[in-house]
Amino acid sequence: MIQAIVFLPLIGAILAGLISIFGAHARNPGGDTVEHIDHDHSRSHGEVSHGSTLISEDASVIPVAHDEPMAHGGDGHGEHAVEPPAAGSRAAELITTGLLLVAAVLSWVVLVDVGFLHHDARIPLFPWITSGDLQVAWSLRVDTLTAVMLVVVNTVSSLVHVYSIGYMDEDPYRPRFFSYLSLFTFAMLMLVTSDNLVQLFFGWEGVGLASYLLIGFWYQRPSANAAAIKAFVVNRIGDFGFALGIFAVFMLIGSIDYETIFAGAPGLTGKTIDFLGWHADALTLTCLLLFMGAMGKSAQFLLHTWLPDAMEGPTPVSALIHAATMVTAGVFMVARLSPLFELAPTAQAVVMFFGATTAFFAATVGLVQNDIKRIVAYSTCSQLGYMFVAMGAGAYSVGMFHLFTHAFFKALLFLGSGSVIYAMHHEQDIRNMGGLKDRIPFTYVVMVIGTLALTGFPLTAGYFSKDAIIESAFASHNPLAFYGFLMTVIAAGLTSFYSWRLVFKTFHGEPHDQAHYEAAHEAPLWMLIPIGILAAGSLLAGFPFKELFAGHGVEEFFRESLKMNPHIIEGMHEIPVSIGSLPTVMMVIGFLVSWLFYIRRPYLPVELATQQPLLYQFLLNKWYFDELYDLIFVRPTKWIGRFLWKVGDGYIIDGFGPDGVSAWVLDVTRNVVKLQTGYLYHYAFAMLIGVAGLITWFMFGLGGQ
Amino acid sequence: MTIGLGHYLSVGAILFTLGILGIFLNRKNIIVILMSIELILLAVNVNLVAFSTFLGDIVGQVFALLVLTVAAAEAAIGLAVLVVYFRNRGSIAVEDVNLMKG
Repeated sequence: MIQAIVFLPLIGAILAGLISIFGAHARNPGGDTVEHIDHDHSRSHGEVSHGSTLISEDASVIPVAHDEPMAHGGDGHGEHAVEPPAAGSRAAELITTGLLLVAAVLSWVVLVDVGFLHHDARIPLFPWITSGDLQVAWSLRVDTLTAVMLVVVNTVSSLVHVYSIGYMDEDPYRPRFFSYLSLFTFAMLMLVTSDNLVQLFFGWEGVGLASYLLIGFWYQRPSANAAAIKAFVVNRIGDFGFALGIFAVFMLIGSIDYETIFAGAPGLTGKTIDFLGWHADALTLTCLLLFMGAMGKSAQFLLHTWLPDAMEGPTPVSALIHAATMVTAGVFMVARLSPLFELAPTAQAVVMFFGATTAFFAATVGLVQNDIKRIVAYSTCSQLGYMFVAMGAGAYSVGMFHLFTHAFFKALLFLGSGSVIYAMHHEQDIRNMGGLKDRIPFTYVVMVIGTLALTGFPLTAGYFSKDAIIESAFASHNPLAFYGFLMTVIAAGLTSFYSWRLVFKTFHGEPHDQAHYEAAHEAPLWMLIPIGILAAGSLLAGFPFKELFAGHGVEEFFRESLKMNPHIIEGMHEIPVSIGSLPTVMMVIGFLVSWLFYIRRPYLPVELATQQPLLYQFLLNKWYFDELYDLIFVRPTKWIGRFLWKVGDGYIIDGFGPDGVSAWVLDVTRNVVKLQTGYLYHYAFAMLIGVAGLITWFMFGLGGQ
Repeated sequence: MTIGLGHYLSVGAILFTLGILGIFLNRKNIIVILMSIELILLAVNVNLVAFSTFLGDIVGQVFALLVLTVAAAEAAIGLAVLVVYFRNRGSIAVEDVNLMKG
């Protein structure tokens, strides 16, 4: 059954990929005839996108699709004759979606089986690497932690598959899209079911690859390519640390198997790693390196810059990868390695620091963004920070709880935003929206549900998990616990503000773009059903699981898959009511301020922005992180590259290396050749001089002695 | 005045120098170069015969005859080459014979 869960998506990905390949081949058998057809085609689109036309003509194998989201072009649905979809699109959709649905149902069965009936499983598949002491095998490990992730991944993924059938219905490259989606799901499943760090790393890189492919799915758009590359590069920085962490684990313990690592970890306390005369505490250093990978993947402070840009991808991708699943891989990894982190309090403090900072930072940036998807993206970033706060507090199950509920309501918010974007003909700027609640009532309702859950309205899913995190931060003995508590409470208020701002500006007030408003229409059923299911999850996923994740059922439910801080759950129950209700108070304050700003007195935010231009610009430009990185990393790197190119390669290598020598030889010979005049008497004269010289030498020099 | 070895050698040297100068100063005709070469060989012959006589060794004169033979052969081949060259290029002026120019 577990094999089926993991490998069904792979089968789907392969089948859809084959359909995509054969479809592309059938569409363009010669490889060179398409250019003209393509050319006419793009002309019929008028001004839509000349850039993309050029690109496609360079790579003439791939015809252009510019029917789909040109965010700027306002290129509507079905207004132009669009490129016919690839052959077998429907088949690819149905195969991948069907397989995913089966996997999703099975994973719920597994959750019950493992979580409640305690049937943990370890299934060795086959050996992978055997090199000296290093033994790596492909194997599936299913305990409660994995089962929870299986449920999250497969549920959201299958719903996103269904949703995509509706959302991508005009894209001619659907087989490719669905193939990538399923490939992503497979990689994510390999990640969560891994039994050793190397397989975890395999899944880790697999999801990174799928993320890259999907962000750049509309490769005709330069911004999408740039965002894809940025996501990949920033993640490499994190992965560098992650890889070093794995090396460190192998060096210390001699194995990368979870069981061996966890068994050997307690013996490592007090050991040091000596590196260039620097004696670092082994466990702390290892955990920090591993956490660096988590920071990259989960878009934590300092490595967060790729996540907002990743919104260039199609909205279902944002929902699946950049909200519900892949970005939580870092959280999962820390939870999985909780026996290590529990032994390294310093590392835990760092985790809490970064989590709390991210939660606060991303929430402040979210306050002023105008792109509907970017607001939700910063919200994701902020919520991931919450999860890491719980990890830092040692309340791993609480973090997993938030991961679980967050997957529902954040996927809901993204898919709802997708529905809005779909209704608005790929308009993403909330300043151009307004009053949409009458046009798309269903989307309005689910977005409100998602917002309630995100802001932690009592009894919704987010309420239980988020409050539990804030309580765990308060109850923990981490040196930075109060900082974590403070930041998460403030962020709760900010979250409430920007979430309601999104709802108010989108659905309430006056329409700002009459044409779009008139044309707005509810999305097809393919899209509404998944949203509806997620909305139900957002409302209901909290209460039934509360005891299991954040109450007295934790021991029983997670057993040895997590090594919790022993006092944390007790501590959370002894929190004074005033502290416990603080997040809810902040939520209400955020809501009221938002209501005042955007419903009651809409001129207030404008006034505030003009009064505080510095602060406003600071937030609008995301704390100037992109500019800062550009200044301290990108430009020096570019400068070094340019220097090495111009001076190192152009001047030194080409000047004195192979090219230089050959140029010099040519130069010399060109001059030597001029000595050959071709006149006989010149040669004869040279001979004479030579003979005279030789004779002189023999008579008066060497020979004369 | 008795004519000694020095006189013969002087004549040889004069002939040799004339031959060399003939090669260098001549800018007109390749045949003149061939003739100059003959002059140089002649100078050598004079030296050989002179030394042979004064040293009483007949080998020098035999060698002179050999040089004469070789010179004749060389002149024959050289002139033949020249004729063919003229037939092909239409000129045997020294200025024009520069096919080896780089």
